[in-house]
Amino acid sequence: MPPVSRTVRIGSAHGLHARPAKLFAQAAKDSGLPVTIAKGSASPVNAASILGVIALGVEKGDYVTLSVEGDGAENLLDTLTELLTTDHDAEA
Amino acid sequence: MSESLVSRELRGVGIGLGVAQGPVARMAEPAPAPSDAPSTLTGDEEKARVADAVAAVARELESRGAQAGGAAQEVLEAQAMMAEDPSLADEVNARIVQGRTGEFAVFDAFASFRDQLTALGGYLGERAADLDDVAQRVIARLRGVPAPGVPDPGHPFVLVAKDLAPADTALLDLDKVLALVTTEGGPTSHTAILAREKSIVAIVGAVEATGLRDGETVIVDAAAGVVTTDPTADELARAGHRAADRAAAASAPITDGALADGTAIPLLANLGNADAAAEAVALGAEGVGLFRTEFLFLSANQAPTVEQQREAYTKLLAAFPGKKVVVRVLDAGADKPLAFLNDAHEENPALGLRGIRALRASEDILREQLTALAEADAATDADLWVMAPMVATVEETKYFVDLARDYGIKTAGVMVEVPSSALLADRVLTHADFASIGTNDLTQYTMAADRLLGSVAGFQDPWHPAVLRLIREVGDAGRANGKPVGICGEAAADPLLAVVLVGLGATSLSMAPTALADVRATLLQHSLDQARTIASAALAASDAASARTAAQAAAAQA
Repeated sequence: MPPVSRTVRIGSAHGLHARPAKLFAQAAKDSGLPVTIAKGSASPVNAASILGVIALGVEKGDYVTLSVEGDGAENLLDTLTELLTTDHDAEA
Repeated sequence: MSESLVSRELRGVGIGLGVAQGPVARMAEPAPAPSDAPSTLTGDEEKARVADAVAAVARELESRGAQAGGAAQEVLEAQAMMAEDPSLADEVNARIVQGRTGEFAVFDAFASFRDQLTALGGYLGERAADLDDVAQRVIARLRGVPAPGVPDPGHPFVLVAKDLAPADTALLDLDKVLALVTTEGGPTSHTAILAREKSIVAIVGAVEATGLRDGETVIVDAAAGVVTTDPTADELARAGHRAADRAAAASAPITDGALADGTAIPLLANLGNADAAAEAVALGAEGVGLFRTEFLFLSANQAPTVEQQREAYTKLLAAFPGKKVVVRVLDAGADKPLAFLNDAHEENPALGLRGIRALRASEDILREQLTALAEADAATDADLWVMAPMVATVEETKYFVDLARDYGIKTAGVMVEVPSSALLADRVLTHADFASIGTNDLTQYTMAADRLLGSVAGFQDPWHPAVLRLIREVGDAGRANGKPVGICGEAAADPLLAVVLVGLGATSLSMAPTALADVRATLLQHSLDQARTIASAALAASDAASARTAAQAAAAQA
């Protein structure tokens, strides 16, 4: 099964740091599927790595590309897309 | 016999009057960096050790997070994820495969990620500290030593540390800390300031406390400046009673400050910004004895406008209708340099162009401040007094008072912080409407000991009879001229010293609002005559420690 990719625009006011990064990496890790995230055209990193995700330095409005391989890849992409496009900092 | 007494009582400088008891928890020192020497274990053994340590640290961080809740929980859970980060694990394992120890592999792999974050700067750079903390925890776990930083034994404890850094105090769970004991640091250290602000029982500079063990029960008696080890049941019970009495005094009805004979001694608050006014009023402040205006200036590259200042002063004065509010005009220089006021390098800034000297050299700043204060006064019902800092001469007194009057300030006075103005207080007070003694600087200048320099911190004790004698000069001059003499240094927050200061002629006392309850309760135990007797006993001593002891003895008899 080939990997499925999707490009998403970041919605959180503070980018993909702190709480949003934690929620995202946690979701990727909990899925058990191999997920990568790439900022722009840079090389992808393991999405389950909170350090890798934080170190991307992703800001609000940046585009990132997610890639997932395996059963349920589309569903997982839906979940992760939802996480990335939501402004988590506005909830508090 | 005498030896066992020495070992049972560890001496330091007590902050406040509190007493507490409980088990010791030591703050572990940061461990040295691991060496890159080859491991004597197999790679698989090292990987297993690291995996166990990482999992243990992650679970511990998660459970601490669950306890803490809120924003702290988010941070701790993120740290737990960092500990178990898969990319990090790859980096660690790569180093183990090269034959390194688990300790070094963790240290080096975390450092490489830390450097990446630091390079990104800003918010991400700050996360580097979180990562460092995780690395230290994993390495400590591998070594089988306690994790560095504030300990969490899972029950209330007496925290014993070298000194507390601001970062440590931010993480301190004050509900768990029964008392603070530091082996370094003096009465102006960060720990002491925190203890005063939060009313935590504390003893600082207790050198021998390095020998205290985790879990042993101690009594921390800040009033006596003594940590008692191996306390008897009787000693524990007495300390418990004293703590209960103090708690009762703290919840006693708030009355205006007065001596046992009814002599009124107004108790005022030291404030650094208007936001703290409500808390001060709640704790029974009868006004403000020292409002520091530096906060308006310190974050600015240029002086704030008259409008900005007027707004801040109006907010403050509005919180104290009908009450006295003493505002100190800008006190810059020395420990509070301001580029737009004085950017010259000085070898001895405490003896340099500071206080009223600096304002005089940039008189437009002083004039704007007086303008804003007068306008705020006109708009509110508080009783505004304005004073100048670091006044050294009668001429400076006259200069400031005349200028303040020109702007319509009704009550203008000076701070007595320099021995020269204490010695000539009779003449200073013919011009000034009042004097307010800043005991911290007065002590620094009397003892010729920089109050920011740890190596001479031992000199910084306002109990020194030389300092008390200067205060008596000011008290006598106030009485002779019929002018009020306030105290607005840390000294007024020491309850017994507050009694001495009143005995020396102080007519009002200003302090951190959290100190008000203790001082109020202690003043009520002594008449003015008794306060004078206690002050005489302290004055007759030859050094600070014996002045304190003499005052304690005189107070016990009175």
